[in-house]
Amino acid sequence: MAGAAGIVCATGAYLVLGRQLSRVVIGFGLLGHGVNIQLILAGGDAAEPAFVGGNTDDFTDPLPQAFVLTAIVITFGVIAFLLALAHRSWEVTADDEVEDDVEDRRIAQEAAQIADEAAP
Amino acid sequence: MTVLLAGPILFPLLGAALSIALGRSRNAQRAVGVVTLGAVAVMSLVLLLRIDDTGTTAIQAGGWEAPVGITLVADRLAAIMLVIAVLMLFAVLVFAIGQPGAEEHHVGFPPVYLILSAGVSAAFLTGDLFNLFVAFEITLMASYVLLTMGGRRDQVRGGMTYIVISLLASTLFLLALAFVYAATGTVNLADLADKIADLPDGVRSGLALLLVVVFGIKAAIFPLFFWLPDSYPTAPTPVTAVFAGLLTKVGVYALIRTQTLLFPSDSQPGALLLVVASLTMVVGVFGAITQNDIKRILSFHIISQIGYMIMGLGLFTVAGLAGAVIYIVHHIVVKTTLFLVAGLIEERTGTAHLDDLSGLRRLEPVLAVLFLLPALSLAGIPPFSGFVAKLALVQAGVGIGEHVVVAVSLAVSLLTLYSMTKIWANTFWGPNPSTDRGRTLTPLRQALMVGSTASLAVLSLAIAAGSGHLYALSERAAQDLVDPAGYVEEVLRP
Repeated sequence: MAGAAGIVCATGAYLVLGRQLSRVVIGFGLLGHGVNIQLILAGGDAAEPAFVGGNTDDFTDPLPQAFVLTAIVITFGVIAFLLALAHRSWEVTADDEVEDDVEDRRIAQEAAQIADEAAP
Repeated sequence: MTVLLAGPILFPLLGAALSIALGRSRNAQRAVGVVTLGAVAVMSLVLLLRIDDTGTTAIQAGGWEAPVGITLVADRLAAIMLVIAVLMLFAVLVFAIGQPGAEEHHVGFPPVYLILSAGVSAAFLTGDLFNLFVAFEITLMASYVLLTMGGRRDQVRGGMTYIVISLLASTLFLLALAFVYAATGTVNLADLADKIADLPDGVRSGLALLLVVVFGIKAAIFPLFFWLPDSYPTAPTPVTAVFAGLLTKVGVYALIRTQTLLFPSDSQPGALLLVVASLTMVVGVFGAITQNDIKRILSFHIISQIGYMIMGLGLFTVAGLAGAVIYIVHHIVVKTTLFLVAGLIEERTGTAHLDDLSGLRRLEPVLAVLFLLPALSLAGIPPFSGFVAKLALVQAGVGIGEHVVVAVSLAVSLLTLYSMTKIWANTFWGPNPSTDRGRTLTPLRQALMVGSTASLAVLSLAIAAGSGHLYALSERAAQDLVDPAGYVEEVLRP
């Protein structure tokens, strides 16, 4: 299980590092799942279901499951928003790549100019 | 007490629901927003006075006992943060109502703004690591919407960076939660304070550092700050002002809370935090110096100022933490004022680029004064609030012999002054104004915008005038932080 979480997280991380927003969205989906597996693992070994059947001594910790449920809902919401944003980006730029910052480029240019002038 | 603790979270949420229902009438939405935040401001003030009297207070929402139930806790630090945050949110809402733009054309602005307030209050008042995560998510979700409201090209670009980084931080936070739960079997902060002390050294420092990274991204400390100046300036003025004043400070609050409460003094990463603080200050202010747009200059100054707060935390003494608390209070007010003034300048002239601005003091003398007061305060010139806050930090640093970080902080103050002078000289000084492309506003709008900005400027002066009381209060708050036994006892009391 830990290995599975690792593989899912690694794949997610690789995708998130890409420049296209559609990849980033899938990446975050995977990362979210990887972390959710971790959370379930944090609850310890699997055992009888909690609350059902009235068993009181040997049941799975229900708290991480509640965490995961909350986390899934939140991830779902954010990913829906990201997709909407990717769509909007596609509308205004006909592409879903994250662009460079205009101001950053201007300052980099200025710095290059100053360096050129300083050079003999 | 129950109402006072739960109210700041519930009222804005109910207000948001009401605000959505009243979407057809802009005036009704405005009334709901102002009344809700006004009520929360009064509640949080009462809460602060009560807490200062009685000490830390906790309630168990839903009636479940402490380690299991949903705990809401207010200690002095949380109450101070809540008061200053809500006052600021109120002032900015008034500004937003006055400004043509963000608030006017989007039916979603008032409800989302209220949800943001609820998330911030929840982050301050929660006594549970998982609920802290949920509070962060509420705040962030609202902030995503506010930041990209309008859907302009640069907003989409800035918003993407912001959302991707925030989402990464949230994922890491969740991972940290999984580790904490696996190691201790609880997420209640007070319970954790007991149980983390029993863990092996390596696990403890691992958890501490993971939390530093998570909250460090949110607080924009070095080297995790790149997203901030990219995304903040693209939003409408009121939104940028709220983000600049509040969001990174929620990260700083979480950092202070977790590092002081959860980890015993031998595994607190004090030396690391001091190095990070120095670098944050220096890199932030150098970034500001190279910029040419008022909002971007101010955004880089946020980073630089975060360094001062981290410095106070890194000292891990009563004096240091008191300095950090007073610095946060001062910073929230002053930074918001500066961004609102930048917005007023933009409103008047149509630009916030230093190259296109000149001689504004002839056109708008009031604006010049409103800029000058917080700008001098930010640089730490006496007798303004920035001086008081920096003095407290410097004294704390010298007190335990951390001379390097003190020297860095003083040098950075000087550079901050230089950068503020640059804005002043380019914007207000110089020959007659060449640009006057702004819209003409009705007197009511003008009064609302200038009035809310002025009231924040006055609040900053009041902080300086009442600094004796405020410092004493911060010191009591810091005392609670250094010795968290009272906090733990109050939460876990059967």
